[in-house]
Amino acid sequence: MIYFNAFLFAGVVCLIGQIILDNTKLTPGHITSLFVVLGSLLDAFDIYDKFVLWCGGGALVPITSFGHLLIHGTMDTVSNFGVMGLFTGMFDLTSAGIVSAIVFSFVFGLIFKARD
Amino acid sequence: MDKNKYKALVDKHCPKENRLYNGLIAFIVGGLVGVLGQFLVDIYSYLFSIPTKEASTIMIITLVFLGCFLTCLGFFDKMVSFARCGLIIPITGFAHSMMSATLEYKKEGIVTGMGANMFKLAGTVIMCGVVSAYFFGLLRYLIMGG
Repeated sequence: MIYFNAFLFAGVVCLIGQIILDNTKLTPGHITSLFVVLGSLLDAFDIYDKFVLWCGGGALVPITSFGHLLIHGTMDTVSNFGVMGLFTGMFDLTSAGIVSAIVFSFVFGLIFKARD
Repeated sequence: MDKNKYKALVDKHCPKENRLYNGLIAFIVGGLVGVLGQFLVDIYSYLFSIPTKEASTIMIITLVFLGCFLTCLGFFDKMVSFARCGLIIPITGFAHSMMSATLEYKKEGIVTGMGANMFKLAGTVIMCGVVSAYFFGLLRYLIMGG
């Protein structure tokens, strides 16, 4: 059942993105930024956690989970260290995605050439 | 020819995009990526007997790896132009944008080419995410106390 939910949630998020892309002049950059802001907004009110509980990996794959993880790491450190946690804990959970993207891009960039 | 007539003529000859078809493809491909994510989480937590939270971190790393690697081999550009938002919205799109920017500017050297341009497309995601998370976090701290 969780697989069906994952399919539905990730599919609907991508469908909304595609509808915005087709019907407005926004570029993919605008849309991904919009979805990150939306994810952090939803998680600031504990809504996104319910999606994660309900559809597991399906909610973690779209870029909305990036905003969700940013808020999550921040709030974890804020509850321990007060308002300084806003500065120290932001990348606690997202670092996996960012660091892996930077390292793989660098290593593959050294090995491969642009194809055109 | 006046402007309106010209515009009507251009609109008539522009290739029409089938929005329903595009949406359906994006829905199916995005959904399949979501299923793949959940499948990887299940596999990793079963194989290494680790909690779901750590398995989902490894899942994200795997998807980023796949996005980077397929971009290098040249498949991913074709897949993105076919599925559009179905592959741009998942974390693979983030990896793809970084990898393609890196490859494109490789010839300008490591510092001024790769280093300076790596975040050309992906930087907006990080900026918007960090700024919004900062202010929403501050708001939540002030209202609910953490």
